[in-house]
Amino acid sequence: MSGEVMVRAEGVHKRFGLNEVLKGINLEVQRGEVMCVIGPSGSGKSTLLRCINHLEQIHAGRLEVDGELVGYEERNGKLYELREREVARRRSAIGMVFQHFNLFPHMTVLGNITEAPCRVRGLSRDQAVDKARQLLAQVGLEGREDTYPRQLSGGQQQRVAIARALAMEPKLMLFDEPTSALDPELVGEVLAVMRDLAKSGMTMFVVTHEMGFAREVGDQLVFMDGGVVVEAGRPRDVIENPQHERTRAFLSKVL
Amino acid sequence: MTDVEGATPAPPAIKAVPVRHPGRWVAAGVIAVLVAMMVNSFFTNSAYQWSLIRHYAFTAPIFHGIEVTIELTAAAMAIGVVGGTLLAVMRLSPNPVVSTASWFYIWAFRGTPVLVQILLWFNLSSLFPHLSLGVPFGPTFVTVKFNSVVSALTAGILALGLNEAAYMAEIVRAGILSVDSGQSEAASALGMGRGLIMRRIVLPQAMRVIIPPTGNETISMLKTSSLVSAIAVAELLQETQSIIYRTYAPIPMLIMASLWYLAMTSVLTVGQYYLERHFGRGTVFGQPDNTLPRRLWRSIRYIRPRPDEPAQPSTLSEHQ
Repeated sequence: MSGEVMVRAEGVHKRFGLNEVLKGINLEVQRGEVMCVIGPSGSGKSTLLRCINHLEQIHAGRLEVDGELVGYEERNGKLYELREREVARRRSAIGMVFQHFNLFPHMTVLGNITEAPCRVRGLSRDQAVDKARQLLAQVGLEGREDTYPRQLSGGQQQRVAIARALAMEPKLMLFDEPTSALDPELVGEVLAVMRDLAKSGMTMFVVTHEMGFAREVGDQLVFMDGGVVVEAGRPRDVIENPQHERTRAFLSKVL
Repeated sequence: MTDVEGATPAPPAIKAVPVRHPGRWVAAGVIAVLVAMMVNSFFTNSAYQWSLIRHYAFTAPIFHGIEVTIELTAAAMAIGVVGGTLLAVMRLSPNPVVSTASWFYIWAFRGTPVLVQILLWFNLSSLFPHLSLGVPFGPTFVTVKFNSVVSALTAGILALGLNEAAYMAEIVRAGILSVDSGQSEAASALGMGRGLIMRRIVLPQAMRVIIPPTGNETISMLKTSSLVSAIAVAELLQETQSIIYRTYAPIPMLIMASLWYLAMTSVLTVGQYYLERHFGRGTVFGQPDNTLPRRLWRSIRYIRPRPDEPAQPSTLSEHQ
């Protein structure tokens, strides 16, 4: 098993009914790398992200995270579907941040962050609270332990959501358009937290529309359209010198 | 023209002639006449026999009947809520057998009259004279007579409770479906299992939608419990009827029973109002109620605002 490849996709196909949204995706993300995925809506980029932690099931191809198949186990050349418990165990090692934050509105900030470590990891309440306070400091929200999500701004909520995902000590972080639902003046604070996270060596898979972030922080940039990877490479090269007409057309609209 | 300036002092407040509502005065007149006719009959028609109502309203059999009615309501609702939650979770299960079983239960129990179900439970001993504990189709260890386990009261509680479970199942299911799917997704992305997600994330949020109709069901159950008088359970209506057999005064006694039912449902209504307000904080459920009693109550609170809260009750800005 390779210890250096965190995500590997080989010919990944996914359809919803008759609608094929992923038509053979091949890509690799090394440990510690930041992969940014851009593309028009409906291009399949969010679906690909959701397949990586098995929120969606793929229909064909291979998808591996840290050397393990997503959703299946291979024994003697045969695939076995994983039990729900095992799927949950693997998911717990992959953090996910959603476009609409999806914080638990009936729990305080502290409750949101400590829920999974306590109930899934079996951490003691004290350990989980200590860890949560550290993470809140890391995302610049110390002192907000007892507030409820609806009392926070969108940017603050998203930072809590990042802290909640980090509390499970994931080996990989998935970001699904983390700044798309934010007011423009709040985008910066979330990107700053993500930038720090990238610097600390976290492997990140980011679906985004933030070209500045992709160019500055990304190690790889993938442009997807119509369920396929149209162009991939170093972010600066793809953004400044796109090779494909579709990439050029997309970039001219967003830049 | 648009000026870019700071805030200016407010111009004088708008004074205008308010819209007149003649329809309200006509409606008030018609209703006043009807009410006057009714009140007049209370005083002039001796068949009401108010003294008889006063005499029997506070006797031991009536108090016992009230006690049994409350017992029936509480026990049946407890079965209904627990059973309904179970059925709702089953109904939403990915397991097709479990989901179909729940659908079938709801179909059967919601599709037959509750009075028929009460009579069925009461007469079930003719179908199963004995209850046994043992291996299915194999040897039995303990056998008891059905009627010694299931009394008329138990039959009533079971019938009302199991019927209620079918209705509660739909209420709980609506509550569960009202919770944004992103919540379960976020929880599963954290590695939480289905049971944990349901218990810790989905059900607590579904409560806001589940509580108000459950209050309605409780009030409805208090009245429906009178149906078990058909199997001679000594609840409020049954006790009232035995007084009627002695006094031959059905109207006064039925009015008395109605007044007691009204008193009990009123208490529940007040309780429901506060429960809804608690679970509806910061949401559309916090909308003001504009019936006359509520408006009166609010205006009283206007006059004497409590020192720790603003005079105008605000429903949206208050958080924890």
